[in-house]
Amino acid sequence: MAMNSRPLDAGEPFMLTSVETALDWARKNSMWPLPFGTACCAIEFMGAVGSRFDISRFGAELVRFSPRQADLLIVAGTVVYKMAPILRQIYAQMADPKWVISMGVCASSGGFYDDYCTLQGIDQIIPVDVYVPGCPPTPDLLLDGLLKLQQKIDTERHLELA
Amino acid sequence: MTSFDLERARRLVGADLVAETPSLGDVVFVVGRSGVRRALRALRDDPELRFDMLMDLTGVDRLTLRDRFERFEVVYQLYSLWNGWRLRLRVPVPESDPRLDSVHDLWKAANWAERECWDMFGIRFDGHPNLKRILCHHEFVGHPLRKDYDRTRGQWCSRAETLEDELALAHEREQARARAAGLDPADAEIGERLLVNIGPSHPVAHGTLRVLVELEGETIKHAIPEIGYLHRGFEKCAEKGTWNNVVPYASRMNYVSALSNDVAYVKAVEKLCGIEVPDRCKFIRVIVNELARIMDHCVCNGANIVDLGALTNFWYLFTAREKLYTIVEKLTGIRLTTAYTRVGGLAHDLYDGFEDEVRAALREIVPYVQDVLKLIKRNRIFLERTVGVAPLSAADAIDYGWTGPVLRASGVPLDARKRDGYYFYDQFDFDVPVGENGDAHDRIMVRFEEIFESIRIIEQALDKLPGGPVNTSNNKFVLPPKRELHRDIEPLMNHFMLVMFGTPVPAGETYDSFEVPNGELGFYLVSDGGGRPYRVRVRPPCFYAYQAYPQLIEGSMVADMAAALGGLNVVAGELDR
Repeated sequence: MAMNSRPLDAGEPFMLTSVETALDWARKNSMWPLPFGTACCAIEFMGAVGSRFDISRFGAELVRFSPRQADLLIVAGTVVYKMAPILRQIYAQMADPKWVISMGVCASSGGFYDDYCTLQGIDQIIPVDVYVPGCPPTPDLLLDGLLKLQQKIDTERHLELA
Repeated sequence: MTSFDLERARRLVGADLVAETPSLGDVVFVVGRSGVRRALRALRDDPELRFDMLMDLTGVDRLTLRDRFERFEVVYQLYSLWNGWRLRLRVPVPESDPRLDSVHDLWKAANWAERECWDMFGIRFDGHPNLKRILCHHEFVGHPLRKDYDRTRGQWCSRAETLEDELALAHEREQARARAAGLDPADAEIGERLLVNIGPSHPVAHGTLRVLVELEGETIKHAIPEIGYLHRGFEKCAEKGTWNNVVPYASRMNYVSALSNDVAYVKAVEKLCGIEVPDRCKFIRVIVNELARIMDHCVCNGANIVDLGALTNFWYLFTAREKLYTIVEKLTGIRLTTAYTRVGGLAHDLYDGFEDEVRAALREIVPYVQDVLKLIKRNRIFLERTVGVAPLSAADAIDYGWTGPVLRASGVPLDARKRDGYYFYDQFDFDVPVGENGDAHDRIMVRFEEIFESIRIIEQALDKLPGGPVNTSNNKFVLPPKRELHRDIEPLMNHFMLVMFGTPVPAGETYDSFEVPNGELGFYLVSDGGGRPYRVRVRPPCFYAYQAYPQLIEGSMVADMAAALGGLNVVAGELDR
C-alpha cells in the first residue's frame, strides 16, 4: 500500500485503524449481489431492490449478473436437481472473497417441495453464510439477512499474521 | 354456453367411440387409441364444430382406480374458439404397450405437451419428431407421475444438457427447407455460425429459462429453448395432501398473480363438488383476481421494459405494485404467496376498511401507469425495439394454444370472463382490449389497457359488494365457526372429518378454466372420492405461450429476444410447475 510520508500539520484531522478493519468496512458496505433468482423469492428480491425497501441503503444495490463481478450470491428461490450443476458452476466462477445468502425456505431446505425434483437445501452443494427464512421472505427480512452477513464480515480476518 | 350438436361429434369420431362418460356438464368421449388421430383431425376440421384449439394434452395413471379401461389414459381438451364449446377425449393406453399416435402436426401446441406426457408417464407418441424429456433432467430415470414412483425419490443431475441433438434436428429441417425451395446443395450448406447459450441464469432469461441460439452475425438462425429448471413437482405434491392443502402450492405456481391461481384452483374443485359459493365470495374473488391482474401486468410490463433498457418505468410500475401489496399483505398476511381461498369460500372475510383502501390505492396507481405510458408511447427507442418485433398471426396463436393477453394482442378477442360469465363477470361493464399486429408492442399495450379495465371492474365490484357470509353454508365442505364447536356436536364432527380426512370431494373428473392474467389457467381434476386429490393437472397458459418462442425470434436480431420474451410473461413457476 502506498503511504504518504508527509508529516501532519498541527491540528490536521487524522484517523487510525487497522488494515483488517478497513478491509472489512469496505467489503461489507459494498457487496455486489448476483441474484440467482429462480422463483417467488426473486420477485421479493426485486421488491427489496425497489424504491420502497431500497437495498442501496446498505451498499448492495449494484446488482451484477456476471459471477465474475459479484461477491454476494443471493440464491432466491427453489433450486431443483436440474439446476444444481448450474448453481455449482456459478458459485465456482465467482472470485474470492465471496458470500452466499440462501433466501427463502426452498433454497435453505427444499421447503414444502419434498419431492423427486427439488434439491433439499443448497448447502448440499455450496456453502451458505446466512439463511433467510420465509416463503417468500419479505424484503425487510432479506435486508435483515444482509445486515447479519455484514456483522459476519465484520469479524472476518483476511491477512495472515506472522 | 349453448351446447353443440353431439350427434355430429359422435358421427365424426365414428366407430372409434368406445363410450361416453359425461361428467358435470362436460362432454367426454372415450376413444380407441387407433383412431384418435383421425378423430381429432375430423373434429378440428369440421366446419360446424371447429374444435380448432387443443387446450391441453395430458396423461393420467389410473393404477388404483377401479373405474378404468386401461392403466393409462391420455386426455385431450378441445376448445371450439368461435363457439366456446369444449370437448374432452379420453384415450385409454395399456400399460403393456404405452404408445399412441402423435398429433404434433395437427396442433403446434401438442409438441411440448406430448413430451411432457412422455416425461411424466412414459407414454410414447409415435411420429413425434423429438420425444425427449422436457421437465425432468436428461439423466432422470423413470416417470415421476406414475403412481408407483415414490414422491421423494430425488435423482441428481451431474451436468447440463448440451442440446446438440435438437440443434442437429434444426439443421436437418433447415436443409430440408432449402432443398424444397430448390436451392443448390452447395448454397444450402450450413456455414460457420456462433453458438450462444443464454440462461438459465441470465437477467433476460428471468432466472430459469435457457435458450441455445445459433447466430449468423447478429441474426438468430435457430433458437432452442430448454425448460424445466424450476420443475418442482406441483402435480405430484398435490396428490399428497387434502384438496385444501393444494391451495398454497397453487399460490406458488404463478407467484406474480397468486390470488388468481388460488381462485382458479378452488373454482375447479367446487365444480367437482357441485357446490355454489355465496355472492359475496364471488365478488371478493373477482376483486382479488383483478387486483392480481393489475399486479401481474405491472410486473410483466415493468420487467419487459427494463429488459429493453428503460429502467425508470420499472421503478414507477413497482411503486404502483407495492401499494397493492400492502393491501394484499393486510388481507392475507403475506405479500406474495397468498393462499387466500378455500374450497367452498375464503380463508376469511375482508378486513374493515378494505374497500376504502383499495379505492385509494387504485387512484394512486393510475398516475404511475399513465406516467409510464407517457414515457414510452412516443419514445422512439421503445417503438423501434417493439413495433413489428416478434409478431405472431392469429392463426398461429390459436395453433399454439395461446390464450389471454398474448392471444388478444394477436387480434383474437377471446376473454373467458366475458364469454363464460362466471362470478357475474358478464354483468360488469368492461372492454376487452385487442391488438392489431400481434407484435411485442401490442402485447405490452394490451396489458396496459387491461390494467385500466381491471380498475373499472374492481370499482364496480366494490360498489355492488353484497353482504352476508363468504363461505358456503354446506358444513361438509367448510370449517364451521370456532365458537360453534363448543356448543354443538354436529359442527364438531364436521370439523373433525374435514381436518382428518379432507374435503369430501366425490369421485369423478372435471376440467375447469379461469381467466387469470396470463390467459386460461385450467385444472383437470380426477378424484377417487377418498378425500385426497387423485390427479391435479394444471393447464399452464405460459407453457403453451412459450412454446412459440423459437418461431417468434428465429430470423430476428439477438436483442429482440428480450422484447419477445418479456411480452409472453413466462413465469417459471407456472411454466415448469
